[in-house]
Amino acid sequence: MEPLRVVTAIVAPLDRANVDTDAIIPKQFLKSIRRSGFGPNLFDEWRYRDRGEPGRSNEGRPENPDFVLNRSRYRGAGILLARDNFGCGSSREHAPWALLDYGFRVIIAPSFADIFFNNCFKNGILPVRLEGGVVDRLFRETEATEGYRLTVDLERQEVITPGGEALAFEVDPFRRHCLLEGLDDIGLTLQHLGAIEAFEARRRQEAPWAFL
Amino acid sequence: MGAATLFDKIWESHVVRDNGDGTVLLYIDRHLVHEVTSPQAFEGLRLAGRRVRHPEVVFAVPDHNVPTRDRHLGIRDPIARLQVETLDGNCRDFGIVQFGMEDRRQGVVHVMAPEQGVTLPGLTLVCGDSHTATHGAFAALAFGVGTSEVEHVLATQTLLQKRPKTLLIRVDGALPAGSTAKDLILAIIGRIGTAGGTGFAIEFAGEAISALSMEGRMTVCNMAIEAGARAGMVGVDAKTLAYLKDRPLSPKGEMWERAVGQWRRLVSDPGARFDRVIELNAGLVAPQVTWGTSPEMVVPVDGRVPDPQAEADPVRRGSMLKALEYMGLSAGTPITGIAVDKVFIGSCTNGRLEDLEAAAALLGGRRVASSVKLAMVVPGSGLVKAEAERRGLHRVFLEAGFEWRDPGCSMCLAMNDDVLAAGERCASTSNRNFEGRQGAGGRTHLVSPAMAAAAAVAGHFVDIRQGMG
Repeated sequence: MEPLRVVTAIVAPLDRANVDTDAIIPKQFLKSIRRSGFGPNLFDEWRYRDRGEPGRSNEGRPENPDFVLNRSRYRGAGILLARDNFGCGSSREHAPWALLDYGFRVIIAPSFADIFFNNCFKNGILPVRLEGGVVDRLFRETEATEGYRLTVDLERQEVITPGGEALAFEVDPFRRHCLLEGLDDIGLTLQHLGAIEAFEARRRQEAPWAFL
Repeated sequence: MGAATLFDKIWESHVVRDNGDGTVLLYIDRHLVHEVTSPQAFEGLRLAGRRVRHPEVVFAVPDHNVPTRDRHLGIRDPIARLQVETLDGNCRDFGIVQFGMEDRRQGVVHVMAPEQGVTLPGLTLVCGDSHTATHGAFAALAFGVGTSEVEHVLATQTLLQKRPKTLLIRVDGALPAGSTAKDLILAIIGRIGTAGGTGFAIEFAGEAISALSMEGRMTVCNMAIEAGARAGMVGVDAKTLAYLKDRPLSPKGEMWERAVGQWRRLVSDPGARFDRVIELNAGLVAPQVTWGTSPEMVVPVDGRVPDPQAEADPVRRGSMLKALEYMGLSAGTPITGIAVDKVFIGSCTNGRLEDLEAAAALLGGRRVASSVKLAMVVPGSGLVKAEAERRGLHRVFLEAGFEWRDPGCSMCLAMNDDVLAAGERCASTSNRNFEGRQGAGGRTHLVSPAMAAAAAVAGHFVDIRQGMG
């Protein structure tokens, strides 16, 4: 996993609530057995006027000019600004893979769905929760100012606006540490192998039917 | 420990290590695997030179991509075929039991596991699938995880977890005739919203939950995720034990007695404290129909499509307007005035025997309306299909003009050939009405099996409480 410390990038505003993971990456792309290459099909049904198929090139597909990521001012965006309950629905990790592959390292929203929120941290994406009123304001500023960029500083836990204002956000200390260092969870857990083995020995006595 | 909730009891008994920062290393007893969310996890293990810690508690089944007819011909789509073959190879290489496409026990992972006794009370169970909440019906702590966590569980048999808050949804009273577990959970989601349970593990309790069969409880827990909760659960009672007795992987003999002794304690203690409590009267739950593109966009069948202009919140109003446009509906339309093109009965929500019986009972010799292009029944598993056939249900469906298919996820998420065309409208017993879920441009209305069967016969939604006319 690539470490994430400070991200400064163009902000793309996706102004709808309850964006589900089916919308983030439609099911036909879930047939892939790989972890990469989902970026061109991020938000496929909103982004293009035709139906995308896995294994087919996206070159020359008709784009929907009204979709936010297709507007020239948001090309190259690295921070996605979103509404409540972003990432709801299916647990597919293909959703953060697609966002990352497209180039998003940070998503800012008032709230996220649990599984998606968790999946982001496993893939080097930082989901930032900011209060609804603050997100409202960021939507207004992003839409009013072409080339609007934010800086997200994970070490300081701040989103910094172009005017220099710092908006503090909360993040779980362990997740922050892993993201800052780009650490692999499994390796960390295996450091506690002794505790896992001791637990298993005890549980085998208490609930032997749990083991097969 | 004082009075504890069901959730507390299972959580406490699975903490391997408290990290002291609000997270724990939680032990996972059972792991279910399907073809879509596992290939990258196995690949990760290979790249790191890791093995599966306990392959004997991992159970795999292909369900999302499998064809529901002409199965002997195999999977035509080469990309889907590769994914299913990749699961075959991974199960072989890592020593995992798989119920493959030709196995009569194959089915939707969340239907298969309870049938086999993989799911037991007091266990923790995960799967790379958000509908894993289903298994909570057996007083298990079951939740969906992403592929990185699938890999983590395969390698360590644990997960790093933050303790969720607890939400008790108590449903007293009795569901009226015509209303089912599906209508109850849709009504709950309509009330608390698709993010109402975010951060919570939900326990469903009360007279109406006790009155449900295990199948109905699975339907309710299955859609906990549609309310934002990763886990839904129900305490153990006599029905739980009766369902589990003599399942292939349930404990047997003396071990069964010992297990039951512990399982009987898997209910919330009187006076146990929940972070939040919601109470509902089941007697007020009418048959439900979703009208929009989120499961919370739901109304009783005798209602009308709501008017976005009456919504004060601008973000919600915007979502409603987008939903109506996508669904091709206008505000004020009576639900019973909405015509359907296709009908899908199946899925991990409503693909079990009781669901098929309810739909067949509603049909009772009637035929699918000529305006309906396709009505299909996809049993949740090979065993559901076999038992339904033994009871003659397949004849009721076939004579009515339904197609009788092989088990799988099918049109719930349309990864195989069972897809809505753009603009087609479907009465579906599945769990998600998201844009494009059943096919790009497809329009989904979530309903119970009986309501779906009624819509097939009439060609539009029907208030089944009024009879079929």
